Amino acid sequence: MIKGRKGVNNILRVLAVCGMGLGSALLLKMNIEEVLKDAGIEAKVEAADISIARGPNVDLIITSPGLAPRLGDVSAKIVTIHSFFDKNEMREKVLAALGIKD
Amino acid sequence: MAFITAFVRDILSQPAVLVGIATLIGLIALRKSASDVLTGTFKSVMGFLILVAGAITLIGSLDSLGPLLTEGFGIRGVIPNNEAIVALAQDVLGPETALIMIFGFVANILYARFTPLKYVFLTGHHTFYMACLLSAVLGTAGLSGAVLVIVASLILGALMVLMPAWADKTMQKITGGDEISLGHFGTLGYMASAYVGKLVGNPEDSIEDVKMPKGLGFLREPIVLTALVMAIIFIITVLFAGITFTQELSGGQNAIVFAIMQALTFAAGVAVVLVGVRMILAEIVPAFKGIAEKIVPDAKPALDCPVVFPFAPTAVIVGFLSSFVAGIIGMLLLGPIGLVIIVPGLVPHFFCGATAGVFGNTTGGRRGAIIGAFVHGLIISLLPALLLPVLGALGFEGTTFGDADFGWVGIALGYIARLFR
Repeated sequence: MIKGRKGVNNILRVLAVCGMGLGSALLLKMNIEEVLKDAGIEAKVEAADISIARGPNVDLIITSPGLAPRLGDVSAKIVTIHSFFDKNEMREKVLAALGIKD
Repeated sequence: MAFITAFVRDILSQPAVLVGIATLIGLIALRKSASDVLTGTFKSVMGFLILVAGAITLIGSLDSLGPLLTEGFGIRGVIPNNEAIVALAQDVLGPETALIMIFGFVANILYARFTPLKYVFLTGHHTFYMACLLSAVLGTAGLSGAVLVIVASLILGALMVLMPAWADKTMQKITGGDEISLGHFGTLGYMASAYVGKLVGNPEDSIEDVKMPKGLGFLREPIVLTALVMAIIFIITVLFAGITFTQELSGGQNAIVFAIMQALTFAAGVAVVLVGVRMILAEIVPAFKGIAEKIVPDAKPALDCPVVFPFAPTAVIVGFLSSFVAGIIGMLLLGPIGLVIIVPGLVPHFFCGATAGVFGNTTGGRRGAIIGAFVHGLIISLLPALLLPVLGALGFEGTTFGDADFGWVGIALGYIARLFR
C-alpha cells in the first residue's frame, strides 16, 4: 500500500483538475477513484480547478496536457492524461507516477 | 402537532434539503458506509448553501451594471452566465429545480432502459441548470406543483438522451471511437457548427496542423478570463455612462476603482457558486452513475464538453476566439435592432465556442472550425435575447442562460405553452 507524504493519516491526496473544476474534473475524479480502488491504493480524490491545485497538502495532480503548464511550481507529482475516459491510460500513468509496477 | 407539520413543510421546501435527501437515497442505494452516507449528505446540503452565498455576492455587481448599461447605451444589457442566473433563481425556484433535477435523473434512466436511446447524461451541472430553466419557463407558462415537476422531469430526461444521440455520429468522428457521447446543453450550436463545417470546409485540412503560439496559455483559465473581460466591460460602460453618474451609484468611490471591484466581485461570486455546485455534484453524480450502471449497463456515458478538447486543442482556442468575436459583433448588431443587447458571456463562448470549433474542424477542417464557431457565436448572441421574455421574472436579472440548448428549449417551450393558454 502506498503511503501519502503529506496526506492526513497517510492517505494519498489526489486532485483531478480541469478548467472550471466542474464537469470534466468530476468525471476524472470518478474514473481515478475506480482506478485507485482496483489497484488497492487508498486515496482521497477531489475535483478542483487550478487555484485549488496550487494549495498545500496535495500528493498527486491529474490534469489535461493543456492545463499542466498552468500549474506552475507545485510539490505534487503531476500526471497528464489525454483522455478523460480511458481508464487504461489513467492506470498506467498514475501507477507510474506513484512508482508502482502495473 | 402543528409544530411538527410546520417543521416537515418548511424543511422540505428547502432545496438544499431536497438535494440532500436525494443524495442520501442515492448513497444508501449504493450501499455506502454510514460515514460516507452522512458526510455525503451533509456536503451536498452545504454545497447548495454555498451556491446561494455565491449568488448573494454576484447580485450586487449585476445590480450596478444594469443601470450603468442603460445610462451609457440607452438600452438593457444582459451578460449570459449559467452559474449566475441559476444561483439567482434558487431564491424563488429552488425546490422545483431540485425536484426536477432529481426526477430528471430518474427519467433519463427510464428512457435509456426502455428506448433505443441508450445514454446516461453525466454532466450534472447541466442537468441542474436545465432543471432550473424548465422550472422558470414552465412556471411562467402557468404550471405549478406536481404537474410542473412531472412534465419538466419528463422533458429533462428526454433532453438528456436526445442531445447526446444528436451529436453521436459527429462525436464518433471526433473521438475515433464509440465509447462516449456528448452530454452538454449547447448541442444545437455544435451541430450547427458541424453542419457549417461540412458546407464550407475540407475535413482533410485540420486546424491542428497549424502551429499555435505558446503565449496563449492563459486562455485556459475561464475564471481569470471572466474577471478580465468583466473588468473591460465594466470600465467601458462606466466611461460611456459618465463619471458623475457612476460615482453617484458607487456612493462616491472612484469610478474606475468601482468598475474594477464590481467586475472582480462578479467573478468571485461565480467562483463561489462553482464551489457549491461542485460539492453538490460530487456526491450526486457518482450516485446517479452507479445506479444507472446497474439498470442500463449498456448505455453510453454522455460527458462534459471538455472531453473533446484533447482531440483538437488548436480548434479549442480558435473556436473560443471566433465565437467570442461573433459575440461582440452580435452585440453591436442587436442593439440597433432594438432587442436587448447580449454582452458576450465569457464562459459560454469559452466552453461552447471551443466545442463548436472542434465540431467544425472535424467536418470542415480549419475553415469549418473558424466559420462554424463564428456561427455558434452568433447563435448564442441571438437566442438569449429571444429567451428573456419567456423566463418571466427571471428575465429581468442582469444575466441569463448562455448555452444554445437552454435558449432553444426555453423559447420553444415558452411558445408552445402559450398555445395552450
